[in-house]
Amino acid sequence: MSANKETRREPFVRISKRTSISRGKAWGIRGIALLLALIVAGLVIFAIVRLNPVFVYGAMWEGAFGTKTRAWATVRDAMLMLCIAVGLAPAFKMKFWNIGAEGQILVGGISTAFCMIYFKTGMSPFLLFIVMIVTSAICGAVWGLIPGIFKARWNTNETLFTLMMNYVAIQLTSYSVAKWENPPGSNSVGIINQTTKVGWFPTIFGQQYLLNVIIVMILTVAMFIYLKYSKQGYEISVVGDSENTARYAGINVRKVYVRTMALSGAICGLAGFLAVSGASHTISTSSAGGRGFTAIIVAWLAKFNTFTMILISFLLIFLEKGATEIASRYNLNDYASEIITGIILFFILGSEFFINYDVKFRGRGRKGAEKND
Amino acid sequence: MTNIVSLLQAAIVFGTVILFGATGEILTEKSGNLNLGVPGIMYLGGIAGLVASFFYEKGNPNPNVFVSVFISFIASFAAAFVGGLIFSFLTISLRANQNVTGLTLTIFGGGVANFFGGSLNKLAGGVGQISVATASGGYRATTPLASLGAVGEVLFDHGFLTYVAIAVAVLVQLFLDRTRAGLNLRAVGENPGTADSAGINVTKNKYLATCIGAGISGIGGLFYVMDYTKGTWANDGTIEGLGWLAVALVIFATWKCVNAIWGAYLFGLLSWMYFYVPGLTRSSQEIFKMLPYLVTIAVLIVVSLRNKKENQPPASLGLAYFREER
Repeated sequence: MSANKETRREPFVRISKRTSISRGKAWGIRGIALLLALIVAGLVIFAIVRLNPVFVYGAMWEGAFGTKTRAWATVRDAMLMLCIAVGLAPAFKMKFWNIGAEGQILVGGISTAFCMIYFKTGMSPFLLFIVMIVTSAICGAVWGLIPGIFKARWNTNETLFTLMMNYVAIQLTSYSVAKWENPPGSNSVGIINQTTKVGWFPTIFGQQYLLNVIIVMILTVAMFIYLKYSKQGYEISVVGDSENTARYAGINVRKVYVRTMALSGAICGLAGFLAVSGASHTISTSSAGGRGFTAIIVAWLAKFNTFTMILISFLLIFLEKGATEIASRYNLNDYASEIITGIILFFILGSEFFINYDVKFRGRGRKGAEKND
Repeated sequence: MTNIVSLLQAAIVFGTVILFGATGEILTEKSGNLNLGVPGIMYLGGIAGLVASFFYEKGNPNPNVFVSVFISFIASFAAAFVGGLIFSFLTISLRANQNVTGLTLTIFGGGVANFFGGSLNKLAGGVGQISVATASGGYRATTPLASLGAVGEVLFDHGFLTYVAIAVAVLVQLFLDRTRAGLNLRAVGENPGTADSAGINVTKNKYLATCIGAGISGIGGLFYVMDYTKGTWANDGTIEGLGWLAVALVIFATWKCVNAIWGAYLFGLLSWMYFYVPGLTRSSQEIFKMLPYLVTIAVLIVVSLRNKKENQPPASLGLAYFREER
């Protein structure tokens, strides 16, 4: 009988799709999610190291922004993350699941390292820069184009294709490292042009990483305008919403796929250029370091708004740097940052539900109806 | 000859890890959930089994093999199950994007596993690396059949999980093809709206398939930890690579567990080829290691070119289902 009673009752929660939500409320929900995530992550930290979470977050802040060098390292890494996310934005807006940023970054990095090693003499610094930018963008674009063309022509599953391309790129990197290793037998390329600094980003106004910021900011603004105000950006969003609508509207869907993937791959290739020429000055299989995957989440959470991506990039890099600090202080390993990142992302992903849907609990005023049973 | 034997043995070890991962993922994908968190889930399964045995063997001066194996197996399945539950809750109940949630799960699982794998012994007050000899010995125990010459070495010189993997793959295939519940599950994966109107509980089917599938995938991580690394932990990211190969194998096998069995050993073989091909330099070995990925790409392309109906993914794969949006 109780089952029968259950069916007559109003369900405990009712879910309906929101038609609209104010911007303030949406950010409020995200803020609550972030707060909850930090609390849960704090509890996890407490369970592991038995330290006051507030103190731990303080130490993390110090790790990320404590000194000028650290702050600039945080900025540099956030810019790299942002660059990748900006590159992924057009592809994901088109609902093209480009999981292959990792590989696109690596091939861009390989080509940059190639230029730094083989063109270190006989080219003016400016020309070398142009060559590095162009080759890394082309290599990244090709890496993105291969799955793009197959998707456009034969509808080959792009998620797995791009994923596999990552591993091909990783092996290609290992191959290059083995070829260029310096000193021989070390199985690493070492710092390229350590004494001459050929092909390194120049210091601007005394800041080593200012050029990274400038380049990425230009890309961020340009991508925002491209997606929001250009005809091509509009085509991308139509294809992303519905391929059939796009076809009906006379958009050449295949062309949009191919063009967008070339663009997306090229910017990810440029990120490889930033990583090698502008940051580490070396190349290894960990040059991309999983950022290609994390940046997907950055782009997705920002709803392809490149300015929101700045915030999220900084949040994630802050966590990474902070956790590294905690790890070194307490002699743990720095994979703790991935745990915290995972927890926070779970919460933010979950919070999207409450932004898109309205959840109504069984109201108190309706209790009278139940009593009739 | 010994070279070929050891190549085949190595292929079967990696193949078994991949097979567990792929079997679990096939079950998951048949419900319409594309879980890209397989590497993370395999990490969770691996570390949970290791940690469970570690505490058991640390507390007991004379650990019992069966208990240690049993505890680690249960812990591994349970941890992977919880990983699947996180994914299910976010994607099924909260309708988060499956790809993004899966990738997050991979980051999270890798973080948890590598963190505890690297630091647990230190946290527990020990020195050096975590190691569970007894459980590993149990997992690696072989029958006398292993001494039957080369054939015995290739076919029988493996721990019991190797054969469990094949059995599970066959069972999942039978479940999907021959049972009412399997038919219902496939209906959910193909068209949840139709399944719902036929009275099938879509949410329950998706949850169960995803969580049990995750549990099966997690055993792959356990096998890697207990068999390949002999009850220790290595932060070298191999589990992640094998996890992605498992995802690739699902495509390669065109969503059929029986194909996954031979596919897994083929992938294992391709992963180790470079070690046994004579005359390779260290750099050209790296090129050789691309093989499994290139083969997967080739299969992806061929499957999409042939466009045969029975080789396609479940029709609603990757899409969230919301009754009111039909």
